[in-house]
Amino acid sequence: MDASVFSKATINTFEADVREIVTAKYVLTAAESDAVAGAKPTIVVEPGSEQELAKALKGANAAGLAVIPRGGGTKLEWGNQPARADVILSTARLNRVIEHAWADLTVSVEAGCTIGKLQETLAKHGQRLALDALWPERATVGGVLSTNDSGALRLRFGSLRDLVIGATLALADGTVASSGGKVVKNVAGYDLPKLVTGAFGTLGIITRAIFRLHPLPKETLTISCVASNVLEAQRLVLAIQNSKLAHSALQICCEAEMQPRVDVLFEGTEAGLTAQVEQVKSMMGLATITDAGRDVWNARQEIYSTGKKGSAEFSVVKFATLPAQIAETIETIASLSIADVRWKVVVQATGIGWARLEGEVSAMDSVLREFRSALERNGGSSMVAHRPVGMTSLDAWGSAGDALPLMSAVKWQFDPDRTLNPGRFVGGI
Amino acid sequence: MESRIFDELREIVGPHGLITSREELHTYECDGLTNFRVLPRAVLLPNSTEEVQRIVRVCHRERIPFVARGSGTGLSGGALPVENGVVISLTRMNKILEVDLANARVAVEPGVINLDVTGRVAPQEYFYAPDPSSQSICSIGGNVAENSGGAHCLKYGFTTTHVLGLEVVLADGSVVHLGGKTLDAPGYDLMGVFVGSEGTLGIATKIILRIVKRPECVQTLLAAFPSTNEAGAAVSDMIAAGMLPAAIEMMDNLAIQAAEAAVHANYPNCGALLLVELDGPMVEVAALMTHVDEICRKNKAWEIRVAQSEAERALVWKGRKAAFAAMGRISPNYIVQDGVIPRTELPNVMREIGRLSKEAGLRVANVFHAGDGNLHPLVLYDRRIPGQEETAEALSSRILELCIAAGGSITGEHGVGEDKKKMMSKMFSEPDLETMQRVRCAFDPLQLSNPTKVFPRPRLCGEKPGEYVAHPLETAGIAERF
Repeated sequence: MDASVFSKATINTFEADVREIVTAKYVLTAAESDAVAGAKPTIVVEPGSEQELAKALKGANAAGLAVIPRGGGTKLEWGNQPARADVILSTARLNRVIEHAWADLTVSVEAGCTIGKLQETLAKHGQRLALDALWPERATVGGVLSTNDSGALRLRFGSLRDLVIGATLALADGTVASSGGKVVKNVAGYDLPKLVTGAFGTLGIITRAIFRLHPLPKETLTISCVASNVLEAQRLVLAIQNSKLAHSALQICCEAEMQPRVDVLFEGTEAGLTAQVEQVKSMMGLATITDAGRDVWNARQEIYSTGKKGSAEFSVVKFATLPAQIAETIETIASLSIADVRWKVVVQATGIGWARLEGEVSAMDSVLREFRSALERNGGSSMVAHRPVGMTSLDAWGSAGDALPLMSAVKWQFDPDRTLNPGRFVGGI
Repeated sequence: MESRIFDELREIVGPHGLITSREELHTYECDGLTNFRVLPRAVLLPNSTEEVQRIVRVCHRERIPFVARGSGTGLSGGALPVENGVVISLTRMNKILEVDLANARVAVEPGVINLDVTGRVAPQEYFYAPDPSSQSICSIGGNVAENSGGAHCLKYGFTTTHVLGLEVVLADGSVVHLGGKTLDAPGYDLMGVFVGSEGTLGIATKIILRIVKRPECVQTLLAAFPSTNEAGAAVSDMIAAGMLPAAIEMMDNLAIQAAEAAVHANYPNCGALLLVELDGPMVEVAALMTHVDEICRKNKAWEIRVAQSEAERALVWKGRKAAFAAMGRISPNYIVQDGVIPRTELPNVMREIGRLSKEAGLRVANVFHAGDGNLHPLVLYDRRIPGQEETAEALSSRILELCIAAGGSITGEHGVGEDKKKMMSKMFSEPDLETMQRVRCAFDPLQLSNPTKVFPRPRLCGEKPGEYVAHPLETAGIAERF
């Protein structure tokens, strides 16, 4: 569909202006592949600097055009379809690692830098951003922040809100503003880096971020075991959580007609690992231990890529439940998934999980709705991260609770003309 | 304020929940930063969210500014009353509402004392990690307002890391729930902005906290160095070796003397003392402790002790935690400063502090959270000597400017409050500050909740937000904004 409600003339004028800002070479006509959750924008602009980006954004805002910020484009299908989509503002050229202050364990990086390139740079000094993001080779710093993507390491190191210590934003009106800083401990002013983490680019475009870093572990070891059922798997997860083990990640993987598997990751010194492995061995009731390898930690990514050949129709949902309700949550999915809907989940000990459904569209639609109701009844939530064509009416977000009017007020303060990603976020924001 | 308003407020909180007599109001005229004092019109002591809500509705209707207050231990004047305003003291809302060990969550009212959370879950070997030095008296509500840190936040993070959900009374009296018991609630992370907003976005009336399992083993090492340079180099070496201790604290000679005089912590008399705490699995801690020991020796530590018992460990920490108050033993008056620098700037900044101290003719004692570059220089002076207070304040401000110049921050844990709002313009540009205040305008457009704090100049919330444009006088260099 053509999502623009504007005349060709408005866009042509903007296009001419933006060519002046970023040069003609970096203003491209949008292709089919640039569609955002089904909405097709008109042009793609690739600014070469923070200032250029801010100017281009200001111009689009003044012209009344809707702007879709884009990093690596790996998670554009998350969230709702934009209500309008005219211009894609790409951060692809803002891809520098500005400063790796390795002795201070911080890094300042431009938003368009991929997580893979960032980690490679940090590894030269034996450090890392303690985050296992999806598709790190393509996903960018700005995109990962905006979608609040975190993986299994979150259990030990926290999510992006705990790792980001500074951010620079370009607002719709062209304002460029920084908050936070390059020191880990800092309470001066409002914590805007947290506000924009997970805001899906609806408040401003992140142009730069500063992160706290962690040392790369000396040794790592993954132990896996198969539990007889999900209750047993949850019992084990809670026992490990309630122990004095210093594990870095812990997850349950489970799918229809298969026994659940529990994976635990240890990082540290060799001596430390050996001692802990002995403990976990007895908790798991295992006779021998073998390193299950790092591959099990790709489970989240595999939720997207695997599946029966030929079954193109699938949906993916991210969900949040309480750690002590993981088994109940998995059983809910299993019990809802009748009528040829296949399911597969990975749930981390934090209570954050990912589920994949395969099957007929209307059947999946109703499973997702009922699954969300069940989660929300217990204080949890779900977000649709992939949907097949035809499953359009299901809201990606669910309820934002009684804070929604306040969220709308924040949106109005930052982007009163609804230029940025209109309609993609909760409650129509 | 008219008497009908007092009557209405008394109706809400009962006769014992309203303070209006001058003598009693003096208790609330300042917080831990005593050089700012303002007498409030009244102090209210609500017992429930509903009472807070009703009070705030009256304030909103009558346009009366209000300041929420916990235990009043803050060090930046955050709980300083505002002229013609009321103070809402949350001390009576001090119940622990829920302990959920399976999910490692505790829900509390804002008046609950920090250490009491740990006290409640200690039998099950859990603890609440943020540990400001005042933890035996400061309240969780105050911790939320200030995003309090503490010695162990190097490894465990700050208050914001451990708050999962909030119930907040907004300035118009409405109640909202931010975050929750589960993670990643849909929508903006407004909880992330609220924590550390110093009471300017509303009043937290219920807080869901994350608790942490006690590590298998905790060891504390004390090392005596010739000067802060060698101690600082040892810290850098530990970080470079890929260690993340639970805490790394440093004290200089003057701070050591004061702590000794106050609590007899049995510290060695040296140029700089490093206190390193490691925790985790026993084997891991033992291996790392050997490494820390080596690093300290390599950097000329001449005495190294490892606390051999829980009592010894407690004594080591007692000296450190009493360091601010201990200054009273060696100086009639002192200013507690709170600045942050990138750890690597420590030698340069210490040298400059030494130079400025000499120049001003005033002693500066230094206590640091060395692992994260958080400095607490204590400027010692005597108020009775004319002009010395002003010199001390000027010196204290100069130290903060050093922190900014080094790429750091004007506050690591004490907050901006009333004390440092003028410094905000030195750390942030005007568009930065304007952008932060957009959040404020969304939460509290009338600016009734702790107004006049944090920001050097309030933003008008009525107009449609737009790009910051400097006033012509500013551009011409005739006027400056402070």
